Amino acid sequence: MGGIRAAGDLVARMQLSQRMRIQEAKTHVANILKVGVDDLSDVTVMREVREDLDIGVITSVPGCAKGIEAKVRIADLLGVRINSVERLRRKIG
Amino acid sequence: MTTYRTRMGDGHAIEMTDDELRADFVRGSEDAADRGKIPPLGSDEYDHLFDLFSNPARVVGVACGNEVVLTHDIGTLRLDGDQGNSGVGIPLSRVQGIQVHERAFAADTMELGHVDYSYKPIKPVIAQEQQTLENTLLSTIIPIFYGAMPNLGTYYSPDGPFGNPSDLLPMGKIKEAREAQQEAVEHATRDMVYVATKLADVGGDGINFDTTGAAGDADFKATLEAVARLKATTDLAIQVGMAGEFVLGIHGGLEYAGTRLAGLYPHQQVKLAEKAGADIFGPVVNTNTSKSMAWNLSRAVTFVKACVEAADIPIHVNMGMGVGGSPVFETPPIDSVTRATVAMVEIAKVDGL
Repeated sequence: MGGIRAAGDLVARMQLSQRMRIQEAKTHVANILKVGVDDLSDVTVMREVREDLDIGVITSVPGCAKGIEAKVRIADLLGVRINSVERLRRKIG
Repeated sequence: MTTYRTRMGDGHAIEMTDDELRADFVRGSEDAADRGKIPPLGSDEYDHLFDLFSNPARVVGVACGNEVVLTHDIGTLRLDGDQGNSGVGIPLSRVQGIQVHERAFAADTMELGHVDYSYKPIKPVIAQEQQTLENTLLSTIIPIFYGAMPNLGTYYSPDGPFGNPSDLLPMGKIKEAREAQQEAVEHATRDMVYVATKLADVGGDGINFDTTGAAGDADFKATLEAVARLKATTDLAIQVGMAGEFVLGIHGGLEYAGTRLAGLYPHQQVKLAEKAGADIFGPVVNTNTSKSMAWNLSRAVTFVKACVEAADIPIHVNMGMGVGGSPVFETPPIDSVTRATVAMVEIAKVDGL
């Protein structure tokens, strides 16, 4: 689906954490992002959405959330458990 | 008479007519239906396949909106590995390889894997794997699996402590061969749980059991036992990818949850994977090099469609060299790969690849 170029990582997160089938996962993510299901693979839509939500973009933009910073925001946005984010939260108390 | 360029199962190009293509679609699908005791494809689905095979474009794709997510196996070995893993020998670290997949290849998910891609050899170097996973998880955004093969073969002589069924069975030592497999199941399960638990401890997203069943029904059983234990004790997402379309009964009598494992096809395998606690299942359908890709793809889609319909968890079909309706060739031709991909998504309705 284009990974962090679009919304592929977000749809995959719903499959991993909630065992959602593809249509359910896409609909769930689209509703949270307030975009259409077809927009999830559209880089022109998703680039702006990802920048606005600061959940990581594919090109190297100074100041945008990187790595674990973006995953903390994704866990909160999707309401899912991300194990590395839970670990970070434990480490920073 | 109009002919269409397609390929045989070994990848070499051939020409087929409309009637020849349609006849092979039916024969391939009916072969799957007969073996798996599942329904063959319908006329609309054969028409869809014909549309794909008669399309003159070299590369085809799914309709907008039908995109699916991708998971992986073999980790970054496709970049830094040797030809044995279809690697291209680029000297870069595994963390860099995963970053390349995330930011250059736009991968939806990625996998960390060891160069000796089986669970048993990972056990003594698990701290190294934990450290590399930690660094990966800090610097990447996409979900990261850790992947390796159950590979029960590593537990048999001369590589492991137990007698080798491939040696024992030809000597008629059935009882000894079965006992060796049962002992190997216990050790392999323990090793897989140990490795995966250590990776869960450092925050891994998921674990991938790749080429499950490669050493037969004992291999599948060890994996299912490991999945059940890990699901009960960790928060890992668990993916089970198979080695072949049919579980070989090298033991023959092993069961999981009351179901005999030998002889199971994908639509039956997935129910046991679900019962054990898997979150994603990867069915495999093997390619026959002596048949056309029309026969092979129709057959593969028939098996996978039945698996998708039986499943309650996402199905990520194994696609690539020699499986999932792709030719048996190290660098599969893109015309075949893309046609197989579209058919799996739009006819079999898979949740991912």
